[in-house]
Amino acid sequence: MIEVGFRLARPGGFALECGFAVPASGVTALFGRSGAGKTTIIQAVAGVVRPDAGRIAVAGEVFFDSARGIDLPIEARRVGYVFQEARLFPHLKVEGNLRYGERRCRAAERRIGFEAVVELLGIGHLLARRPHTLSGGERQRVAIGRALLAQPRLLLMDEPLAALDEARKAEILPYLERLRDEMGLPILYVSHSLDEVLRLADTLVALSEGRQVAAGPVAQVMSRPEMLPVLGRFDLGTLLDCEVVRHDAAYGLSTLAFAGGELRVPQVGRAVGGKVRARVRARDVALALAKPEGVSVTNLLPAVVEAVRALEGPYADIALRVGEGQLAAMVTRESVARLGLRPGLAVWAMVKSVAVEGSRPEIFAPGLDHGA
Amino acid sequence: MLTPEEWTAVALSLRVAFWATFWSLPFAVLTAFVLARARFPGRSLLDGLVYLPLVLPKVVVGYLLLLTLGGRGLIGQYLDAWFGIKLIFTTAGATVAAAVVSFPLTVNAIRLALEAVDRGLETAARTLGASKLDVFFSVTLPLMLPGILSGALLAIASALGEFGATITFVSNVEGQTRTIPLAIYSATHMPDGDAMALRLTLVSVVLALGSLLLASLVDRRIRVMIGRG
Repeated sequence: MIEVGFRLARPGGFALECGFAVPASGVTALFGRSGAGKTTIIQAVAGVVRPDAGRIAVAGEVFFDSARGIDLPIEARRVGYVFQEARLFPHLKVEGNLRYGERRCRAAERRIGFEAVVELLGIGHLLARRPHTLSGGERQRVAIGRALLAQPRLLLMDEPLAALDEARKAEILPYLERLRDEMGLPILYVSHSLDEVLRLADTLVALSEGRQVAAGPVAQVMSRPEMLPVLGRFDLGTLLDCEVVRHDAAYGLSTLAFAGGELRVPQVGRAVGGKVRARVRARDVALALAKPEGVSVTNLLPAVVEAVRALEGPYADIALRVGEGQLAAMVTRESVARLGLRPGLAVWAMVKSVAVEGSRPEIFAPGLDHGA
Repeated sequence: MLTPEEWTAVALSLRVAFWATFWSLPFAVLTAFVLARARFPGRSLLDGLVYLPLVLPKVVVGYLLLLTLGGRGLIGQYLDAWFGIKLIFTTAGATVAAAVVSFPLTVNAIRLALEAVDRGLETAARTLGASKLDVFFSVTLPLMLPGILSGALLAIASALGEFGATITFVSNVEGQTRTIPLAIYSATHMPDGDAMALRLTLVSVVLALGSLLLASLVDRRIRVMIGRG
């Protein structure tokens, strides 16, 4: 487990309080708007920032414990840290950068090999170059390789894609996925990009203004109403781990199976049997008391209302049980009153196929079948 | 071209300037590091002390050296009694005077270089398993190198021109303490010294210009080397 629980206050009013225990495997995303305290958390894990009080432990080893007076120095924590701006050493060539941490690690502890990392990140042709001659994407790949070769037991990534343009992001994301799937190294990943989180993370810790809002498996956490301040009304929704059942080439649609049934969505770029994650925004789910007839909506799912929660303004959040799965819907409070929505009521959930794709095709990210 | 006497002065100047810089450089790096990074009571006082030789009249600096390091000086008497080190009238003394006078310039150049080093790189090095000392030698020092070298060349150039502190502290002894400026000073007091003064002046200009050119050349090469070009 990665156990992080501490509080910290800075002159100037910034305060942070968090407490979570997540599996020491797979990707845990620290997600929130800028200023939420995400970076401060990984800085505390790395030992760059010292909390006022609390405890930080990774896989049984205590990094920090204010009660017992433990505060391991940065270099003794053995965490790889990938910074937003790469921070390559300008006086060393790419190879020198890559080997910097490797050299400072006992040979017996070297599990991650130089060749493997170079191959994984596709940086073999850059070894003799100086950092300032690299593109932003190349720099970030070298920085990731350098962190990996220091043989860390945990990798910390602080918005590694934030400083890159869309093309560079698209260039690096596949490498991050390979890293996640092939290295078996737990990763704490700081991001304010929902797309990145959905694509990479297994576990989510959501933060808002120095407070931890939610923590848990991504799919569970995403639909919780507590996520509203983090996601905003637009993005609140449910994440469904799905399997591709079939493709319908004539109409350009795919059928996905999830715990609650099947969804017909715009065609996904995965073969039948492949895993994808589909995100259904709560605002894109409509409810009906009887099975609607003659509507264009493709996906009609029988559901049971589990909870009704009034949100700010005219909105209400409805938690639905769909078969074995869950779905969140957002309707107006007026609709709640008109339909008499209450826990236990059987309804039909309507999800437009088009809405599942939304405006961003990348919501169909590879499902995560490792580490679980 | 130059008389043997003049050659002696030129060679002595170069020797004094080189050794003065050589010995003061490690202390200058340490002082710059402390002034740029450490926070402790009395830091402003140390800051002031380091820059004092820059603003004091050089004759005062020389006289203070005489009081402390002279044959009967506070420290000087023990240097002589315990180690047999005599500074008065010797090249060693001239070297000390040149080092003290050029020290603030060196510290300043190195300090500027140190403040320009990205602390983020040092943090990155520590996350890669390097201790603080290791980080200093493997990251901070190489990145400061252009500053250290330009500081060193500045020190050499200013040591070559040192006059006031030297003549007050170790006097004007041919072959021992008579560097180029002191030789020019002597020449201007001799009946037929004009030609000698002129020749040594020319040498001074050439040396000063040469060290400045060398400084910019070295600086450029190192910047390319460490990727700051």
